[in-house]
Amino acid sequence: MIENLSSPLVSPAGARVRPVQDAFHGDLLEVSMGPHHPSTHGVFRMMVTLDGEAIVRLKPVFGYLHRNHEKLGENTTYLGSMPYTDRLDYLNSMTNNWAYALAVEKLIGQPVPERAEYVRVILAELTRLQNHTCLAGFLMQDCGCSGTPLMYAFRERERILDLFESLSGSRMMCNYQRFGGCRVDPGPEWLDAVRGLVEGYGAFLDEYEALLTGNEIVMARTQGVGRLKPDLAVSAGITGPMLRAAGVPYDIRKVDGYGIYPRFSFRVPLGDHGDTYDRYMIRVLEARESISILRQALKDIPAGPIIDPKSRLRGLRPKAGEAYGRIEGPKGEIGFYLISDGGPNPHRYRVRAPSFVNLTLLEDLCLGHTVADAVVILGSIDIVLGEVDR
Amino acid sequence: MESPEQIRERILAGFPGAEVTVAANPSPSDQRSLVVGAANGREIARFLRDDEVLKLDYCSNVTGVDWPEKEIIEAVRVELPDPSGGPPKIVEKKVKRVQPGCLEAVYHLYSMARGIGPVILRMRTANRGDRVTLPSLTPIWRSCEFQEREVFDLFGIVFEGHPDLRRILMWDELKDHPMRKDYVAPDDFEWEPTPHDAVLARAARHFQDPTPAEAPRSGAKEGAP
Amino acid sequence: MLGTGILKGLAVTAKNLAGSFHDPGRFVTTQYPEQRSVLPENYRNFPFLVAEDDKDPMGTLRCVACQICEKECPPQCIYIEKSRDKKPDAAGKMQLYPAVFDIDISVCMSCQICVEVCPFDAIKMDQEFEIATDNRFRPLLRDREQLARSNRYFQQVHPTEAAEVDARLAAARRAAEEKAAAKAPPPARQEVQTKPATERPDPPAGGIKTEA
Repeated sequence: MIENLSSPLVSPAGARVRPVQDAFHGDLLEVSMGPHHPSTHGVFRMMVTLDGEAIVRLKPVFGYLHRNHEKLGENTTYLGSMPYTDRLDYLNSMTNNWAYALAVEKLIGQPVPERAEYVRVILAELTRLQNHTCLAGFLMQDCGCSGTPLMYAFRERERILDLFESLSGSRMMCNYQRFGGCRVDPGPEWLDAVRGLVEGYGAFLDEYEALLTGNEIVMARTQGVGRLKPDLAVSAGITGPMLRAAGVPYDIRKVDGYGIYPRFSFRVPLGDHGDTYDRYMIRVLEARESISILRQALKDIPAGPIIDPKSRLRGLRPKAGEAYGRIEGPKGEIGFYLISDGGPNPHRYRVRAPSFVNLTLLEDLCLGHTVADAVVILGSIDIVLGEVDR
Repeated sequence: MESPEQIRERILAGFPGAEVTVAANPSPSDQRSLVVGAANGREIARFLRDDEVLKLDYCSNVTGVDWPEKEIIEAVRVELPDPSGGPPKIVEKKVKRVQPGCLEAVYHLYSMARGIGPVILRMRTANRGDRVTLPSLTPIWRSCEFQEREVFDLFGIVFEGHPDLRRILMWDELKDHPMRKDYVAPDDFEWEPTPHDAVLARAARHFQDPTPAEAPRSGAKEGAP
Repeated sequence: MLGTGILKGLAVTAKNLAGSFHDPGRFVTTQYPEQRSVLPENYRNFPFLVAEDDKDPMGTLRCVACQICEKECPPQCIYIEKSRDKKPDAAGKMQLYPAVFDIDISVCMSCQICVEVCPFDAIKMDQEFEIATDNRFRPLLRDREQLARSNRYFQQVHPTEAAEVDARLAAARRAAEEKAAAKAPPPARQEVQTKPATERPDPPAGGIKTEA
């Protein structure tokens, strides 16, 4: 489809793109990238308007994976929505579960025992490890590595998923957190298995970085591509590694201090340039910080109950009111907003998905770049369509 | 961080005559919100973003809520004069009134510069039918762009001032707003063998004469209502 | 020199390639179906109903058709119809039983909430995953007969959980028996006084044992 654009193009960010004149109005090409596309991280469509190779407009179209998760939440009990939260960001089910459990615990004022908090931190950091290494792999796949770094990352991810399976019964759809703690108590063998994995993960990350970080092709494809300015990132509600790569020091684990995160000492890496290479590097550095948090948590985990003895499985009817609970998921701020009207089902159940909000700037980042760069930039934003569309 | 009541005082000092109230939150989370009238919504939002104390530069979450109209039955004490001239009788009468429904947009605001939050802003439409306009806060916080589009798509609130208000999750030709409480899902049917009565009733409407392989099983009731 | 990064990367790839011939940490393919992975005990797939006796599964189901799992199931894939009569359960108490118990496994999402909320340990998670069929309607609707498995099978697939459940149920049964024995006066004393000695059967060797 060829568009007739006679007025100067101004992107929503205010950046001016070079004006198109009437005489050339046959020269722009609109390409639909997706929804069937191997590099769009799911069923995601980008309507890209091209002037030669340069992108002059990009409109993301999604909703192909919309499963009316929020409407289902209004017709399901609070406990019944927990397995559905696994399926939002389907790669990081433990953190989705934690965010939802946190929101409900805020709503009903439910305390959580200490051992459960430690287990939650261990599982969240394991989730972050596997998400960040796999994202580096996916980003390299978008650059054209055809899967080699991705398969190395998946090899390590399988070991983490085996841990999740032996604990919760399922590799990805764990349904593990409950309101007031966790469902199953991990025994000493499981904790020893986690210790073994954590000790070996540093060596794997060294090998992975030897493959990718200094690689000239990776640097040529990703440095300077998709630069994000910090004030635009803050205004657009970007969170997670994408925000920290732009140089804004906002990590909800440090700001909110939810759970027992204030007990752990860890650094928050920041990027200087905000380009794709920084987003990749931030993820690798955060993975190393996760290993440090895991070591501390595994050392200090106390004995005790895994779930608050007063918490009940069935018949939860919170008092009328509302609560918004959020955590630092691997992709950004994942939050749940619940409005209760005193009944067993919530009146309004809303998921604040990080991938959905992070996509706001996709057009701004891609303007002026080539089609190949658009794929790389999309890869570095780290979206999962399960939570973009819900 | 300032309480919502203190923020309200400062807003009223800056915008005298604006409608700002603090909504209660009886749950243990105690996250009380500021209900702002639609007329001053954008100016108050700009004030909150640029204020030196709050510096709410990050709009985290935009939610739509559908409050359908509610019938409230109240017991009212009425004085009935005694025809025989004695003291008036006090009788309790049940009075029905209809609380009008509205659509609501809820904004969760945080400050990345100051590390505080959440400050919750709410704006309500006049009704659920024809007057469903609210000012868009996308010119203030860019993060509202996609989220307000989603609220428009699923609830039908029209945000005026939004640079690109169109449907985002649903297809463009849809006329309905699915997250409203009175939404009726279309009856597109696919045969399911689970013999719940409601599923069988729908099957009976679509399949006049089921084939033997797909006939309802003996455990289920035939021709259920 | 330009290109050292790529050469280092090629060395990593070569290490992985050579390592995959001798190091199990680098060669991670399981040659299914000739080789099978060992599943952890906690692994769950679809539910099954526990029957005490594998020779009469329908008569010894632990399920009493309380319908709690039906109500709590998030995708509503369970359909239960109560029986009209009652049968004695393993402890001898008269209970209802499910006349119809259907699970639509094309809807079930293996969330395990039905197992968590069952007060009678009657439904547990199975581990079978090789259940592909060529018709997505009838074969994926499992009825009572297809769902029932014996307690012995439960002990095989989930040994730790079955041991804990068996111990708990045995303790509950013992407590119920003791309560019943404490309530009713022992009938043996009256029988000894009224019946003539010749009509009584011989006492067992070692004397008659009575519960403390």
